[in-house]
Amino acid sequence: MSSDEDESMSEQEEQTKSGKEDNGSVLDYIMSLESVPSKLPPHLELLKTRVLCKIDAPQHTDTIQYSGAYAALGVDNSIRLDNFRQNFKVQVNRLTEDDIEFDMIGIDPALANAFRRILIAEVPTMAIERIYMANNTSVIQDEVLSHRLGLIPIGADPRLFEYPENAGNEKNEKNTIVFKLHVRCERQQPRITVKSNELKWLPNGSELPSEDIKPNSSSKPKTFTSFSCSQDSLPEFSGNPIAPRNLDIILAKLGPGQEIELEAHAVKGIGRTHAKWSPVATAWYRMLPEVVLLKEVEDELAEELKNKCPVGVFDIEDIGKGRKRATVARPRSCTLCRECIRGGKEWEDRVALRRVKDHFIFTVESTGALPPEVLFTEAVKILEEKCERVITELS
Amino acid sequence: MDPQPEPVSYICGDCGMENTLKPGDVIQCRECGYRILYKKRTRRSKFCYL
Repeated sequence: MSSDEDESMSEQEEQTKSGKEDNGSVLDYIMSLESVPSKLPPHLELLKTRVLCKIDAPQHTDTIQYSGAYAALGVDNSIRLDNFRQNFKVQVNRLTEDDIEFDMIGIDPALANAFRRILIAEVPTMAIERIYMANNTSVIQDEVLSHRLGLIPIGADPRLFEYPENAGNEKNEKNTIVFKLHVRCERQQPRITVKSNELKWLPNGSELPSEDIKPNSSSKPKTFTSFSCSQDSLPEFSGNPIAPRNLDIILAKLGPGQEIELEAHAVKGIGRTHAKWSPVATAWYRMLPEVVLLKEVEDELAEELKNKCPVGVFDIEDIGKGRKRATVARPRSCTLCRECIRGGKEWEDRVALRRVKDHFIFTVESTGALPPEVLFTEAVKILEEKCERVITELS
Repeated sequence: MDPQPEPVSYICGDCGMENTLKPGDVIQCRECGYRILYKKRTRRSKFCYL
């Protein structure tokens, strides 16, 4: 974080050096004057930065956007890029192969929500889109099986592929991944469970003829794809073959004598078109809970408070002479169930439940095509692209 | 109508056995005697023979 701060500091210095008439530096100068109050009185600061979770409903849930909202108090409420740069912080709490939890501090809820929505609906992945069913004598219907195949996460980096629309709907090695599935349960054998590991990658493209075979023609029959080269000859796939991300997804069950033979074509797409292209299982955030004891809660009351909370937010500390006092030990695990402020007005006066308006605990669960931290940076890039589009439209 | 009735193969609905039937044959699986038989799915490449 310190390097970022250094960077913004140097930018500020540059600004002041390069142009004294620059709007930013004039503002900086005004803000640095001692007579200009830059802080709100504490009661207004509380309403501006916290959601108060009362027993019946949350209060002050809106964010104050208007730059002159506190003009009467002489406080500037305008959004400034420098302030954002200085205050914005990201803290990663947990990172596994498929899972990330991080804190985003100092950002507007509109932006946090934009990232969430982009993650769910606009970050592309590869998913099976077309099924060519050669044979299916199993009990699962073609359309149900096709739907199940579509939902399988494909372990291929979507950044290495193009959208099929870019190639004029021609299916080539740059926009299509072809899988084959051919399973047969022989007679007199026990039932077979077909799992996603039976999907075999065909780096050379489709093997099914798309046109009637003319009995006399010696040329190779046309297939459903037109690959100019094998995908496994490309450097990005030569070492790691493409396969479904999870190899234990049950697709169908076959009885004796039943058979499934099909070809599945995966293409690039986004979750807005169909949820199968969504790169995340869930992407969600919650505001940081803040639990404050307004009065000292001691002895039996402390014990009662500790037992009220189902997630164990409160703890008890010894203050000597056999006396006990309640403390807020784990405010992050608070679910704002309000159990602690139930039981009469006196409890509402003892405990305050709040949420910090600009502190978001973000959780991203990847389906596996890309690691979760990469997914988030992709989402940031998409938002950036959108902003640039708006700017070029306006200018 | 059809000068040479070609035998068509069907799949038994019970045991999955392939049965070849000619017009006039009893519709019954040779293996298990089950009376429901399914026609096989046509392959696209076989369309030219029809």
